[in-house]
Amino acid sequence: MPEPLIVARGLKKRFDEFEAVKGIDVEVQPGEVFGFLGPNGAGKSSTMRMIACVSPASEGTLRLFGMDPAVDGAKIRARIGVVPQLDTLDTELSVQENLWIYGRYFDLSRAECRRRATELLEFAQLTDRADSVVEHLSGGMKRRLSIARSLINEPELLLLDEPTTGLDPQARHVLWERLYRLKQQGVTQVLTTHYMDEAEQLCDRLVVMDQGLIVAEGSPRELIDRYSTREVLELRFGAGTNDQFGPQVAGIGDRFEVLPDRVLVYADDGEAALAEAHHRGLRPESALVRRSSLEDVFLLLTGRSLAD
Amino acid sequence: MQIATPGPLRVVSGHLVVFRRLWRLNLLSSFVQPMLYLLGLGVGVGALVDRNAGSTATLGGVSYVAFVAPGLMATTAMAVCAAESMWPVMGGLKWRRDYHGIAATPLDATDIVLGHMIWMAMRAGITGAAVATALAFVDDTRSWGLVPAVIVAMAVGIAFAMPIMAYSVGAEMDGGFPAIQRFVIIPLFLFGGAFYPLSQLPEAVQWFARAFPLWHGVVVARGFTTGDTDWAGVAGHLAYVLLWAAVGTVVSIRRLAGRLYP
Repeated sequence: MPEPLIVARGLKKRFDEFEAVKGIDVEVQPGEVFGFLGPNGAGKSSTMRMIACVSPASEGTLRLFGMDPAVDGAKIRARIGVVPQLDTLDTELSVQENLWIYGRYFDLSRAECRRRATELLEFAQLTDRADSVVEHLSGGMKRRLSIARSLINEPELLLLDEPTTGLDPQARHVLWERLYRLKQQGVTQVLTTHYMDEAEQLCDRLVVMDQGLIVAEGSPRELIDRYSTREVLELRFGAGTNDQFGPQVAGIGDRFEVLPDRVLVYADDGEAALAEAHHRGLRPESALVRRSSLEDVFLLLTGRSLAD
Repeated sequence: MQIATPGPLRVVSGHLVVFRRLWRLNLLSSFVQPMLYLLGLGVGVGALVDRNAGSTATLGGVSYVAFVAPGLMATTAMAVCAAESMWPVMGGLKWRRDYHGIAATPLDATDIVLGHMIWMAMRAGITGAAVATALAFVDDTRSWGLVPAVIVAMAVGIAFAMPIMAYSVGAEMDGGFPAIQRFVIIPLFLFGGAFYPLSQLPEAVQWFARAFPLWHGVVVARGFTTGDTDWAGVAGHLAYVLLWAAVGTVVSIRRLAGRLYP
């Protein structure tokens, strides 16, 4: 087994009184795509900032490439790429100029900056926008430029904080495809997301975070198998009556969950569960059988949906 | 083996890329403005002042335009560097957020602050050199003293840039900037010894002007251009000017590190 790229033990982050990360253990192997999944405020971004060596750990140990961020922060940062949650592009400059400037920060020669910029624009599908001022780009293009910029130093590890938040579905799919290519090229990726589909699409392995702690760890498939049933039956009763009808599904399937807008019944055979509900005389306005997702795992583990 | 480019210079090369886009506008405001003052005051007011023999004695025996010119080099450096250390610096942290972008690279707060200082010295130097070039065409102001006067303008520039940067990297809102402009920069422009000797002012105002680096820079620059240099005085004045820059730099690094690496 190769040496892990990232090792965290009992990692904590405190801001004055508030403890954002309450002691987590993480290992990321080279070539892996690893995800931190959780709602806003779960401590994902604080963890990412510690890994990116821009926020000192309050307690615990953290090693990247076997080095300690507190000692070798600059050396580690030279080998990683960071796509921050909020773009830090210079919007007054052109697409190319943003790449050149960033390359200079890593002490690449001007010629090397130009060579890599040309390649990365191709990769980010921005070649025909090379001279456009960043201000005029769409959200998806800016995100792709942020990713291109993060690759200017040919990083061994890429950190992506909420890479597709705020993008439309089409832009997200373009981005996912590019990240998949990077994975094939062997770039280790660590990302945070509160989108279940994103985590399922991209991550080899992930941890679910809630209130500063890791509550589960595994591949998306493992987590679903371990924590949820194969299928889920979603019943929607009239507005405001889900509370009232919910308890009547008790005993159907493994368990049930009453949400404000619907009732979820966890069962290996969703159709059979639906037949049983009809048999009990329940008449929902709509019913849907679907496969279990990470959304269900999260709901079970934290008692809350991710959208909160 | 190749030697790595020092961090602050990498930050400066970033500033240069931005400047390449904006230099026309920048040069216009930082060059045309002092030239207008020089024409309007130096030639216009100068005609009145120079006619009065007693006044020229007060000015140390030089024509009014020769008296004003080095002062304008210093005040322009002050104005350019002060403005460049307010909104652009706060924007680096809050709006453009490019300081956060830099913080994710091998560079850190020290590189950003020292890079800003070098860049501000360069900006003051570019502006000062442009004004000096124009002054070299006027008989009364042509002298080799313009060369060291440009360097003095650079020192004055960073003496204002760095303390203001220290404020900007710690401030939450940009509400303080107009106050700095109104209550420090503009009063110093008017009462900092650029347009008339400090001795013309009430004692209290003189002390206000002496407390800030501008007047010290004006005196030294004027000494060079009028060929009346007192080297002990030069050393003392410049040390005071550079002390402002040094304190501002140290405080900026500490506060910026706190903001970038919480």
